[in-house]
Amino acid sequence: MLQTASDPLMKVENLVVEYSVGGKTIHAVSDVSLEIARGETLGLVGESGCGKSTLGRAVLQLRQAVSGKVLFDGHDLTTLKGESLRKMRRRVQLIFQDPIASLNPRRRIGDIVAEPLMIAGVKDPEERKRRVDEVLSAVGLDPALVSGRQPHEFSGGQCQRICIARSLVLNPEFVICDEPVSALDVSIRAQILNLLEEMKARYGLTLLFIAHDLAVVKAVSDRVAVMYLGRLCEVGPSEQLFARPAHPYTALLIEAIPVPDPDVRPTQSVPVGEPPSPIAPPSGCRFRTRCPRADARCAGEVPELRVVAPGQFAACHHPLI
Amino acid sequence: MSGALLSVEDAVVDLPTPRGNLRAVDHVDLAVGAGKTLGIVGESGCGKTMLSRAVLQLLPKKAKLSGRVMFNGQDLTTLSAEKLRKLRGRSLAVVFQDPMTSLNPVLTIGTQLIETIQEHLELDLAQARQRSIELLAAVGIPAPEQRLAQYPHQLSGGMRQRVAIAIALSCEPQLLIADEPTTALDVTIQAQILDLLAREQQRRHMAMIIITHDLGVVAGRTDEVAVMYAGRVVERAPTPALFKQMRMPYTEALLAALPKLDVAPHTPLPAISGRPPDPTRPLKGCSFSPRCRYSAGRCTTEKPRLSPAETQEHLYACFHPIAAGVGA
Repeated sequence: MLQTASDPLMKVENLVVEYSVGGKTIHAVSDVSLEIARGETLGLVGESGCGKSTLGRAVLQLRQAVSGKVLFDGHDLTTLKGESLRKMRRRVQLIFQDPIASLNPRRRIGDIVAEPLMIAGVKDPEERKRRVDEVLSAVGLDPALVSGRQPHEFSGGQCQRICIARSLVLNPEFVICDEPVSALDVSIRAQILNLLEEMKARYGLTLLFIAHDLAVVKAVSDRVAVMYLGRLCEVGPSEQLFARPAHPYTALLIEAIPVPDPDVRPTQSVPVGEPPSPIAPPSGCRFRTRCPRADARCAGEVPELRVVAPGQFAACHHPLI
Repeated sequence: MSGALLSVEDAVVDLPTPRGNLRAVDHVDLAVGAGKTLGIVGESGCGKTMLSRAVLQLLPKKAKLSGRVMFNGQDLTTLSAEKLRKLRGRSLAVVFQDPMTSLNPVLTIGTQLIETIQEHLELDLAQARQRSIELLAAVGIPAPEQRLAQYPHQLSGGMRQRVAIAIALSCEPQLLIADEPTTALDVTIQAQILDLLAREQQRRHMAMIIITHDLGVVAGRTDEVAVMYAGRVVERAPTPALFKQMRMPYTEALLAALPKLDVAPHTPLPAISGRPPDPTRPLKGCSFSPRCRYSAGRCTTEKPRLSPAETQEHLYACFHPIAAGVGA
C-alpha cells in the first residue's frame, strides 16, 4: 500500500463489504485500503450511499467484511471473535449522527454513561461514578446537575456531548465519528467540533471522522479520504487536497459547496447526473458516468490509487494535477 | 413596501403548549416583489417555518395568527377556505424539505402532476399529460414520459425533489416558497436543485422565498435576506449589503461559526456559546443577549426594534450594532 503512515494505529487492507438486498448484491465498499497514524484525524467524505458509514462499521466489525483485513494496533479484527474481540472493541468507540436516538430515553444520564464500564466489568460503584463524573465534566456538563436526568431533558447539542462522554469513558484510543454534527444547528455544530478537538488532545485520541460536509471535515482533519460509490477516489493532506484536488470528483465536491459570499457566483458547471446505483456500479472508474474527462480507458480499466503529489494519492486515469 | 406581491404585516403566531404559550413568530414584517427572491435564514426553532405556514395559511389548528398577509392586494387571513384552496397550488406554491413526505407514496408521479394541473387549470387529460411531460423535462428529469408511470419510491432523493418542484411550478405560480429545499440532499445535488430553482424563478418572473439554515445557500441566490432569531427578524438587508456589512451580532456570529474551506485545519471555530432561549419563556430584553458578546446595559431589559441603519433598506434590531467598517 502506498499511503504509508509512519506509525499506523489502524490499517484497513483491501476491504470489501457487500450486502444482499432482494437477491441483489450492493457493492458498498470495494477494495478500500487506508492507514490512520496514531494521533491523527483522518476525514472520510462522500455523498450518501458512497459506503463511508459502512466502512466505519466494518472497521468496528459491526458489519462483516467479505474479504480484507482490519489491523488495529497489529491485530486483525476480522479474525477475532468473542471475548478477544470485545476486549479490542473497548479501545475503539463510535459516535453516531443522531444523538437523541442513540441515547435510551428511559434511562438516566449517569447510568447511560456508566454502561460501558458495567459491560467492561468495572464492579466498584465508586470507581464508576468517579469515571463518569470525570468524562461528563470533560465534555462541559455538570455531573451533579445532569446525572439524574433523562435524555429528553436535553437539547441535541447536549445529547451529543453525552454521547461523546459515553464514548470516552473506557479511555479508548480510536474513535469513529459518523456524521457527529450533521443533525445539529450551525451555532451548536461549532461547539461540538471544538469539543471533539479538545477531547482528542486531552485523551490522546486517533479519529476517523466521517461526514458529507467538506468544510466540516477540513476543520478537524489532518488528512482526508474521498469516497465515491464504494471506492476511494483520493487521499491526501487536508490543505493540499482542498487547494489542489487531483480527482475530478473531489474538484466537483469542492465546487458544489455554497459559499457564504454574494460575490462568488454559484457555479453552473456542476454536472446534471446523479450517482449510479451501487447494485450495478459502472465498469472501470465508477465516477466516469459523471466525469467530464472520462474516455474509453476509464470504462475499461479500474484506476489504482497513485501518487500525484507528496502524500497525495488519486485513483484517476486523467488526474487534474 | 408598496408594489410588493406579498407583504406580511406585523404577523404574530402563538401556539398553545402544555408548558404555556409559545410565540413562534413575533411581530414580523416582510415583503417580496415579483421576480425577486427573499432568503429567510435561521436555526431550528427560530420560527422561519411557522412564518411560511402563516403565509400559506397552513398553520396548525390550535395556532393563533394576528397581523395581515397581503398577497396580490387581498388579505389571506380573511379569505374563505375554498378561496384559499384555489389560491394555493395555483398562485401560491410550496416545495418542502423532504420530497418523500410531500409526495403521495401510493400514487404515481403522473397522477400527482395531472391531478394538480386539472384541479387548477382547465385542461383535458391529454393536455394535462402533455404539460406534465414538459414540466418534468424542464426540471431536468430524463425520460419524462416513462417517469409518469413511476412511484416516488422508485426515484432518488434528488429526482423526487425535482418532481416536487415540477408540481409546484405546474400552474405557473406567482410566488414559490421553498422551505429548506435542499437540506435532505447531497451537496452536488443541492447545487443542481438551487440552480434549477433560480433558473425557473428568472424564466417565470416569479417571486420566491427560500427558507434555509445555511447562509451559504442564500448568499449567491437571493436579492434580500431576513435573519430570524427566536421568532423575530433581527436583521434584514439586500443580500450584497448584508454580507458586506453585518450589523446584528447574531448574523455575524452565525457566519463566523461556519467551518470554512480557506481556514487551516484544527483552527478553533468561533462558536456561539449557549443555545437559543426557551420560546415559552420569552426574555424581557433582546433574545440574543444571553449569548451575545456585545451585550450590555439595556440589552437585557428592553427589546431592540428592527429599524433602518445608514440606508432605508438595511434594518437591524440591536442596541450595540457592529460599527460600520468593522467585523466581517
